[in-house]
Amino acid sequence: MKATGIGASVRRKEDRRFLLGKGRYTDDIDVAGLTHAVFLRSPHAHAVIKSINSSAARAAPGVIAVFTGDDLAADGIGPLICGVTVTSDDGEPHRAPAHPALAQGKVNYVGDHVAVVIAETVEQARDAAELIEVDYDVLPAVTSTASAADAGQQQIHEVAPNNVCFNWPFGDKAAVEEVFASAHKVSRLDLVNNRMVTNPMEPRAALGEFNSGTDEITLHLTTQNPHVHRLVLSAFNQLAPEHKLRVVGPDVGGGFGAKIFVYAEELVVGWACRKVNRPVKWTADRTEAFLADAHGRDHVSTAEMAMDENGKFLALRVHTKANLGAYLSTFGTMVPSYLYAFLLAGQYATPLIYSEVKAVFTNTAPVDASRGAGRPEATYLLERLVDVCAQDMKLDPAEIRRRNFIPVDAFPYQTPVVQCYDSGDYNAALDLALELADYAGFSARAEEAKARGKRRGIGISSYVEACGIAPSAAVGQLGGGVGLWESAQVRFNPTGNVQVFTGTHSHGQGHETTFAQLVCDQLGVPIENIEVIHGDTARTQFGMGTYGSRSLAVGGVAIARACDKLIAKGKKIAAHALEADEGDIEFADGSFSVAGTDKAMSIAEVAFNAYVPHSYPEGVEPGFDENAFFDPINFSFPAGTHICEVEVDPDTGVVEIVKYSAVDDFGRLINPMIVEGQVHGGIAHGVGQAMLEVCRYEDDGQLLTASFMDYAMPRADNLPSFDVGYAPTHPPDNPLGVKGCGEAGAIGAPPAVINAIVNALNVKHLDMPATPENVWRAAQAAQA
Amino acid sequence: MAADKQSVNMTVNGKPVSGEVESRTLLVHFLRENLRLTGTHVGCDTSQCGACVVLVNGKSVKSCTMLAVQADGAELVTIEGLANGSELHPMQQAFMDNHGLQCGFCTPGMIMSALDIVNRNGNDLDEATVRKELEGNICRCTGYHNIVKAVQAGAKAMGGGS
Repeated sequence: MKATGIGASVRRKEDRRFLLGKGRYTDDIDVAGLTHAVFLRSPHAHAVIKSINSSAARAAPGVIAVFTGDDLAADGIGPLICGVTVTSDDGEPHRAPAHPALAQGKVNYVGDHVAVVIAETVEQARDAAELIEVDYDVLPAVTSTASAADAGQQQIHEVAPNNVCFNWPFGDKAAVEEVFASAHKVSRLDLVNNRMVTNPMEPRAALGEFNSGTDEITLHLTTQNPHVHRLVLSAFNQLAPEHKLRVVGPDVGGGFGAKIFVYAEELVVGWACRKVNRPVKWTADRTEAFLADAHGRDHVSTAEMAMDENGKFLALRVHTKANLGAYLSTFGTMVPSYLYAFLLAGQYATPLIYSEVKAVFTNTAPVDASRGAGRPEATYLLERLVDVCAQDMKLDPAEIRRRNFIPVDAFPYQTPVVQCYDSGDYNAALDLALELADYAGFSARAEEAKARGKRRGIGISSYVEACGIAPSAAVGQLGGGVGLWESAQVRFNPTGNVQVFTGTHSHGQGHETTFAQLVCDQLGVPIENIEVIHGDTARTQFGMGTYGSRSLAVGGVAIARACDKLIAKGKKIAAHALEADEGDIEFADGSFSVAGTDKAMSIAEVAFNAYVPHSYPEGVEPGFDENAFFDPINFSFPAGTHICEVEVDPDTGVVEIVKYSAVDDFGRLINPMIVEGQVHGGIAHGVGQAMLEVCRYEDDGQLLTASFMDYAMPRADNLPSFDVGYAPTHPPDNPLGVKGCGEAGAIGAPPAVINAIVNALNVKHLDMPATPENVWRAAQAAQA
Repeated sequence: MAADKQSVNMTVNGKPVSGEVESRTLLVHFLRENLRLTGTHVGCDTSQCGACVVLVNGKSVKSCTMLAVQADGAELVTIEGLANGSELHPMQQAFMDNHGLQCGFCTPGMIMSALDIVNRNGNDLDEATVRKELEGNICRCTGYHNIVKAVQAGAKAMGGGS
């Protein structure tokens, strides 16, 4: 292993600028003539707009313009789109209400966009926004996921009767019912997957600049996928032709899904900078982030498992209501359908699965992907249900899992729900996790805690997820509007250093280091001579961005393919220079050599020859710069077992995580330090959902949790340190042997934590978040 | 609004600075907009997240809780003032060595808070102390595990240990 190659915990190349305060996030950018945008947002969850009077705002000091939905419509801008079609059980596509970037006649959630003020300063824009008079006719609001589709509910969109976006059954219902009718035992669980606000620490922002000389718009955005933003804003929102629109995602302070989507503010800022012919910047404050970032999760489900007398799973049946919010966000339909139901097999060889998802509209912020996206919901449901199965069958939770795991020799394994798992050894991960967690010693620890008046619980969660998103053909078959390949360009400069352009985007994941390690390893170039460039449609050739733990599994392979092309070309150049046959040239450790001789030249020398081709092979193009596109043939399937041990104070309901052990299969690790950091962060996100976080709307649609004072983010003193281990297998479908690691913790942790708390309290179930109040009530109820 | 402007003078990272601000201008906005010291970040609007922590007269302060005019005459240190030329401050170095940062947005506030933690608690910090003391700084990326390690290591390095 090279000290800076694959498998080394190389210190991150990107750290220095962040540590020095020299990061360059969107809001940090200042340009001459800058103006500021502030959005007037709806204070009502559901209302007809009777009139908007902005004359006082227009006359306020510093105000340059006030725009409403009519102005956008007059220019033919928008509406916002949803990019994935789900076919409802009536054979029709999902119901897609119009989603104007600025409201046209009606608002549908608190925080909905009513008008925008452009002024010389933020303060002036804010002051002026308060002068806009909007006459609303307030309508009743719908906020409940469980009852949004019930008879008699207020209708939100004309195109969506009963507030249903789609009702999507999947699987052989009759066959599953037959198995349930004759099963030895059926375990059943009703559960809620709590709504979350994704909350990357950098609030969203947009900076638009229009060049009237070139007719080009440059948009700096807090984006995880600059080219996707450009494509959607251009092809569907009519902002500007693709070649006249540049989207830059500079340093981005976390995303976790929330910065994938094309938001109203981004479109409006891009349009307004041309309209006022000055640069326009908008930066969300945290309250706006709570109100108008796409939220995550929000399912209400019933899960049932049919078992034989040995606790073998025979069939799984799931009914889920999923809240999509007031409008469809960019990928809103995909999350509770394909990213959810297709993961319901989990790690188990359950032969039959039937699921039915009813997706509903409510007067709440749009809901879309959030770290894990559908897979945490599937895993939480399944791993909670498996523990209920264990309780019902009086089996140890580890034992019932073992009895149902897909065996190691069954891979590649075709699940009954579309996905074909690439590789896995689920027993190996479970064994190692049990060892790390000292599962065998738990009962002694529980006894000791009991003597102190505390209750210990231990919980297992064995998850599988689909990453490496995604084979384009599969995306197309499922109704997706894009291809999910990735692209890369690897360019040698004449002086021998290398620039790597990737279509993925790093907003904390450390690509600038991991990808440099790949290139260092493959091309033998010192890592300090490699620079990874991402996040600018004017610099990188193309790309689909970063989400779904795809960057290494898809984008990394594209980089490796571009390097392959460089090596192939380099052999021709070296053969000419070394006066040998191309077939005799070998490449290793950055050197082209003639087999069986000591004749050799470095790749830097080859690069120089390519740019200064004074003596050069005939028919070979000058230059040493190659690009590649890679479209995966399958998803990748990271998996693992997480075990959480908690101590509960039954008198106060306070839960302390005393030990958290995670064993994951991510395939090959490029930078173990970075991978471990991703696991830590994911676990914290999952613990946050399990114990602290919930986004709650009042019945009238007011957001009760609209600040960090009301919405409990995990803090340092809520968490323990984590024990992390690996049980890797080799995924044959991925040329680098990698699987992806960014979401695993957020998927594995919630059921591990709740299973532990349920175990400590000796109850059947407890909905998240397990706040002290909820735990105390459950403890009291169990004693009564 | 112009009539409302007041002049402020302070020392930031060892250099005297001055500016004209509205009385409602927060210190963090003065640093970011007037002085263009954009390493200090704004992550919330309720003084919860700690991305804006700076040292004011040697003590950590969330610069969104303080008006610029209140800092008149004060000595400030921001994240930009820590490194010695190209050499990172030991706490910055510890964050790099322990992978205590991912997206980097909370990092300046974490480091400025960490310096105050060391000032008040010394160079030998146990995990529980660091976790309790970091309660006012929110990170969404790291799960805090490596931040805690970094603060402990940085504290030790500041005391001359390694």
